[in-house]
Amino acid sequence: MSTVSEPIAGTKVHYLNADYGIKSWLLTTDHKRIALLYLAGITFFFFIGGAFAVLMRLELVTPQGDMMQPETYNKMFTMHGVMMIFFFLIPSIPAVLGNFLVPMMIGARDLAFPKINLLSWYIAMIGGAFTLYAVVAGGVDTGWTFYTPYSSTYSNTHVIATAVGVFISGFSSILTGLNFIVTIHKMRAPGMTWFRLPLFIWAHYATSIIQVLGTPVVAITILLVGLERGFNIGIFDPELGGDPILFQHLFWFYSHPAVYIMILPGMGVISELVTCFARKKIFGYAFVAGSSVAIAVLGFLVWGHHMFVSGQSVYSGMVFSVLSFLVAIPSAIKVFNWTATLYKGSIVYMTPMLYAFGFIGLFTIGGLTGLFLATLAVDVHVHDTYFVVAHFHYIMVGGAIMAYLGGIHYWWPKISGKLYPEGWARLSAGILFIGFNLTFFPQFILGYLGMPRRYHAYPEEFQVLNVMSSAGASILGVGYLIPMIYLVWSMRYGRPSPPNPWGSAGLEWKTPSPPPTFNFDKTPVITEDPYIYSHDEEVEVG
Amino acid sequence: MIGFPLFPEQASTVAGSVDLMYFILTAITVFFSTLIFVLIFYFAVKYRRRRPDEIPPPMHGALRLELAWSILPLFIALSLFAGGTAIYFRNVAIPPGAMEIYVVGKQWMWKLQHPEGPREINELHVPIGQAVKLTMTSEDVIHSFYVPAFRVKMDVIPGRYTSLWFQPTKPGRYHLFCAEYCGTNHSAMKGWVHVMEQVDYNNWLGGGATGESMSQAGERLFNQLGCLTCHRATAPGRGPVLEGLYGSTVHLQSGETVVADEAYIRESILRPQARIVAGYRTQMPTFQGQISEEGLLQLIAYIKSLAPKERIDTAQ
Repeated sequence: MSTVSEPIAGTKVHYLNADYGIKSWLLTTDHKRIALLYLAGITFFFFIGGAFAVLMRLELVTPQGDMMQPETYNKMFTMHGVMMIFFFLIPSIPAVLGNFLVPMMIGARDLAFPKINLLSWYIAMIGGAFTLYAVVAGGVDTGWTFYTPYSSTYSNTHVIATAVGVFISGFSSILTGLNFIVTIHKMRAPGMTWFRLPLFIWAHYATSIIQVLGTPVVAITILLVGLERGFNIGIFDPELGGDPILFQHLFWFYSHPAVYIMILPGMGVISELVTCFARKKIFGYAFVAGSSVAIAVLGFLVWGHHMFVSGQSVYSGMVFSVLSFLVAIPSAIKVFNWTATLYKGSIVYMTPMLYAFGFIGLFTIGGLTGLFLATLAVDVHVHDTYFVVAHFHYIMVGGAIMAYLGGIHYWWPKISGKLYPEGWARLSAGILFIGFNLTFFPQFILGYLGMPRRYHAYPEEFQVLNVMSSAGASILGVGYLIPMIYLVWSMRYGRPSPPNPWGSAGLEWKTPSPPPTFNFDKTPVITEDPYIYSHDEEVEVG
Repeated sequence: MIGFPLFPEQASTVAGSVDLMYFILTAITVFFSTLIFVLIFYFAVKYRRRRPDEIPPPMHGALRLELAWSILPLFIALSLFAGGTAIYFRNVAIPPGAMEIYVVGKQWMWKLQHPEGPREINELHVPIGQAVKLTMTSEDVIHSFYVPAFRVKMDVIPGRYTSLWFQPTKPGRYHLFCAEYCGTNHSAMKGWVHVMEQVDYNNWLGGGATGESMSQAGERLFNQLGCLTCHRATAPGRGPVLEGLYGSTVHLQSGETVVADEAYIRESILRPQARIVAGYRTQMPTFQGQISEEGLLQLIAYIKSLAPKERIDTAQ
């Protein structure tokens, strides 16, 4: 079978071999090639951000700040946060997997604005370059949150270069979001009604709305910090009648929804993985789709929970607390529906499914520990401690990155036309799960004990838990390197993939692997719901 | 127990209630995480694919189940919200008669002053069983006053006063941290809160109180800055009478009223034109940048000490 198909696959024209040369990549308007440009860019930023994390965990092995100067440590956690959030997590799933898959899943030839799509990649890279310049020139030490008046008046580091980088990359995010919204509205194939859309599309639609509505606010905020630094205009400076807390309102108005920019696309990925590897229709499609939209809307109303101890009135604290509890409900609905999808399924433990299991478990812990932070009485104690760091990383690393890696493995045969080595992949998924929990679980305990975050040196009684965390981080680091190596290896040496190696019902799998430049030879006509694996009569449950 | 702590010490009256809430949340987290882990593991094993061409029966969903797992978590979430908020409202309400201490944060130290006069840096001595109210501000960036053993934290913000209170229940020495990142030596901006028996505290206070009290220092500053020229105690001068001002309701020129708290007094010293008292003109110069944060707190302590009764005393 493979001997027959191999020469055919080798000679067939697809998006990867349709054109050669560096120009054909840098000037491409093919959404699939742009996805790969993003993949290269954000992988680079991920390893830079990861290197900062490694250095931080090394410093924290001992209680004394003995490996680097405090300034250096402060720059490490700032650059780690800036790189990972603005240049890796926010673009990760939407810009790589979303770019590749949104047109293919709705039966379109490309995104609505292919040139704007390319432009958004260049904008992201220029933003990244500014930020990298800030790193090379000496770094920035404000924390990724840029709180005023420290960032606007007191810090002597490269705040403006970093801010310009973040400001610029925001436009990339807005353009991608805009492109997705228009594409999903206008370019669906005949018969692809809203309720036949894969849940990956619903998640990206919700994400795009946040990107378009939220990002301008952070852009304005960062611009104001720059103006304050450059011209001392006094918006955030109390001595000039300004208010440093105003910055926190503006910043979190974007940056809390930004957390959902990072996790919603991951939720979309998990819906695809669970249905494919359980060979079953998603349980409660409308609830899973609707919960994405609910999260996007409610996510805009909870920013004040970052400010329970900022001196805001106890009554606004109360309102933000109840809204924060409400935003937990749509997430819970998703977890229950994914779990119910497994019921009476036909489950295989391929690597993407292992990542999906990991995601559901770790996201559940991450989400439930969010309730601690929404609870006013408890947040007073754990705010700005390692408890927050642990919670955040359970969602972002245990959630978003697990989903990203699961998605990369799942669609790798479609993207590269090659199969990845399953044994190595399962092994590294296991290593990541163990390394992750060893790194971040002790931080919950450290946080409740009262260890503040962003501490270069700490009291001795916290050492044991910190050593555990650092040991876990080294395992985690190995877990990230293995897939990097075998995925690159498989591009050249991997076995060629058939069009649909997983037997998925998804529209994107109805194309050859890798797909031709315009995805479908003929515009597909959609006649049924997504995730249909059986045409038998549906059984009643519950 | 096993060589390192897993749970922080409880050393204030509110610690127990915060920990109770924490345990309830932990129990809920453990319950739901275990439920999801067990279900996934059980389904993954029980419904593993046995034949490559196996097609499971299709299922669409079930409205009753969806409603159950939407409404039940909603009910739990709202209960947690109610519990956490009720405890929080009780925990932050400052009891009357709390002993006052003034805190100024700066990069990278805590400066504290007792009304009786003694000043401390990165150390705070307080008596056991006594409610202590901190009035705090910052000279530069935002800091956050955090004592884990008391389960209290409040940001310390330039240009305004925030406050927190605690009542220690156990003698000992407890960590004081700055919890809001404040620049280079953020992790060195820490110290100790010493909780002492009342007798020891009195001795400590007596040992250090050779200088003037905060309100005496404030009075000296009041005279130095020439405030007395306009703010006379006996006859109304060009400025409003300050005796009995603190805590009273002030009628403003704009027709609004304001309760004269620390923030109002501070604003009226630094930017007098911001809110003018009804019947007075904008004559007072601004003192922005001329008085240190500690000086301001001393002036406020002095103005607070000017009870209406004392007005008669000073008139004698």
